[in-house]
Amino acid sequence: MSDITQPEIALPSEKPPAATLGAIGWLRTNLFNSISNTLLTLFAFYLIVVLVPPLFRWMFIDSTWIASSGKDCRASAGACWAFIGEWYRFILFGRFPYAEQWRPLIVIFVFIAMFLASCDRRLWGGKLIAIWLGGGALAIALMFGGFLGMTYVETSLWNGLPLTLILAVFGMLFAFPLAIMLALGRRSNMPAVHSLSVAYIELIRGVPLITILFMASVMLPLFLPSGTTIDKLLRAQIAIILFAAAYLAEIIRGGLQAIPKGQYEAADALGLSYARKMRLVILPQALTMVIPPLVNTFIGTFKDTSLVLIIGLFDLLTTANTSLTDANWRGFYWEAYMFVGAIYWCFCFFMSKYSQYLERDLNRTNLRRG
Amino acid sequence: MTIESSRRDIGIAPTAPAFWNNPSIRALFYQLVLVGGVIAVGAYLVHNTLENLARQGIATGFGFLHREAAFEIGESLIEYSPADTYGRALLVGLLNTLCVAGIGVVLATILGTIMGIARLSTNWLIHKLAAFYVETVRNVPLLLQLIVWWDILRVSAPGPREAWQVLPDVFVSNRGVVFPLPVYHPLYAWIGLALVIAIAASIYVKRWAHARQMATGEQFPVLRTSAALIIGLPLLVFVIGGMPFTLDKPELRGFNFSGGHVVSPEFVALLVGLVVYTGAFIAEIVRAGILAVSWGQSEAASALGLRRGLALRLVVLPQALRVIVPPMTSQYLNLTKNSSLAVAIGFPDVTSIGNTTMNQTGQAIEGIAAIMVVYLTISLLISMFMNWYNRFVRLVER
Repeated sequence: MSDITQPEIALPSEKPPAATLGAIGWLRTNLFNSISNTLLTLFAFYLIVVLVPPLFRWMFIDSTWIASSGKDCRASAGACWAFIGEWYRFILFGRFPYAEQWRPLIVIFVFIAMFLASCDRRLWGGKLIAIWLGGGALAIALMFGGFLGMTYVETSLWNGLPLTLILAVFGMLFAFPLAIMLALGRRSNMPAVHSLSVAYIELIRGVPLITILFMASVMLPLFLPSGTTIDKLLRAQIAIILFAAAYLAEIIRGGLQAIPKGQYEAADALGLSYARKMRLVILPQALTMVIPPLVNTFIGTFKDTSLVLIIGLFDLLTTANTSLTDANWRGFYWEAYMFVGAIYWCFCFFMSKYSQYLERDLNRTNLRRG
Repeated sequence: MTIESSRRDIGIAPTAPAFWNNPSIRALFYQLVLVGGVIAVGAYLVHNTLENLARQGIATGFGFLHREAAFEIGESLIEYSPADTYGRALLVGLLNTLCVAGIGVVLATILGTIMGIARLSTNWLIHKLAAFYVETVRNVPLLLQLIVWWDILRVSAPGPREAWQVLPDVFVSNRGVVFPLPVYHPLYAWIGLALVIAIAASIYVKRWAHARQMATGEQFPVLRTSAALIIGLPLLVFVIGGMPFTLDKPELRGFNFSGGHVVSPEFVALLVGLVVYTGAFIAEIVRAGILAVSWGQSEAASALGLRRGLALRLVVLPQALRVIVPPMTSQYLNLTKNSSLAVAIGFPDVTSIGNTTMNQTGQAIEGIAAIMVVYLTISLLISMFMNWYNRFVRLVER
């Protein structure tokens, strides 16, 4: 029997102090819980008051949505969204034949569908590779045309967002097998294989992408037998593949190192050959482990494709740049770059959020609760 | 019983494996094939290249480094004129790259650390603002950001007459940023010497205090003494020397500023772009580093009676740095490599001067090789320095 006696009548529980409840309570715990925090809040609030209302007015209130030329826009102080209305098709598709621009539009959606399919974990493995190869082939076929009544379009007219997506997707796709070989080579016991892999990886990682792009655009034609020409887009694509492979290789190596030694020994004990050991036992585990950093590398590659501007390819950033040189619409660089920046941001932000979610989810067994 | 003897017992003679199944012979074979393949491909490419170069009449070798460059360079840290050689032009570019990368690394570290700590703030508004900064900047290509910063200075910034005054005597216009600099005085060299002596003395004081605490348990206010030494000694020299201090202030004369130190819009755009972009990545690294130290460590430190400052310095920070330093190294390397994007906005760094050299001489291979060697050397030096630093902060297992 307990010695503590319960009161006969339960007292009604009292309400918590008013200052800890509702909006005021939230403000007190989150914004004004100490003197320094109050000062910080006031400072942040001041920043927001100074910056946000003028930006809002520039974007929405003073802005011009319909105008026939830049002159109409310059009369008002706000943004000139009419510029985007006039130029968005050029920024998105560049010099691709105007009547045929539904093709690059479909290509964009094919790539987005590929990204969404990659999020479905039931497809991970052979099916996903098939989807990427199939989607890539479909995209290239649509861009080239030349069948089913579609006119043939040469690669110099593949501009804008489709070009950015093609460079990033094919860069990743072809870098992947190369990266696996480099990663395995770096872990190899054979001195020649090991040192060649290390030399390649460290050389590429030690120099900026722009030098590799220069190399591909200037030196690649010199490497080939005289008389052969190599497509400008293909040169940039090769540079991006070679560059991405070195970074991917280091990530895959991280995954290989994290596989316990017992897995290697078990595969050896089963009498598997090296190729089967890697394909059936080691790589499936190692690659699953490194998917989040792989997604991050893809985001990096996606952003890095903008560097082809420097070697004169018409990617999304170059088309925006070119649209600004029109004499009628000069000076609306904020509008153009906000539009392009928003496109890049959407792709990168959602990929990075997915990678963070995946990282938490794949690590669930390793995390302590709380 | 060994396998050999058991085999003998059941009457099976051990058979040597066929030589093509011998792992070491196989390894040798694979490596020979690989090296042979690499050499064959390399020889083929070199052969084609030499043939192409000969056909196009392009010279080879680094002789062009001694020839006259004959192009202007907008800004230079050393004396340069178009009559100087290509070699000197590339040196100018290298110094510009080092300058922008060096300042960029320091500023990005400061910005990133502030933003990383702000993201962990209990203040809702502050951590939302920091998160907004990180998520916006990280997900937009650096090149786009650089071009926007450049356009702000080129297109939106007013001429020198209506320049924006951001701080007293600091003006931003479409000619760049102009700020005051103290005029050099011989005494400043002595102040520098005093600073070096003060730092050396503080290191000595720290060692002495540590030895004394180990021996007797008595503590000594090392931090306050060092601060007094490092600030006090140079100040003392300055006061004794008669406080010579004149600022070279920028003043508007006619259509431009005279006096003060001017940096070009290209330099400012590149520096601001690199700092803002890399700062966002460093913020994430700092945040992850602080989060990696479990809360129990802070609790244990306060249970031992350490004050908050001491707990941070002796318990939390050493553990956080261990996580922070390796990824920070790669961010510093990234910043240095990204400074090559200067070529897009016309800042004369080593890449853009190398590019000009290639276009003028036609010697693409040598030009690219020179640029690559420069970046590889810088990368190697930064890695070596950070590895040296990492040895101080990493886990020492006994």
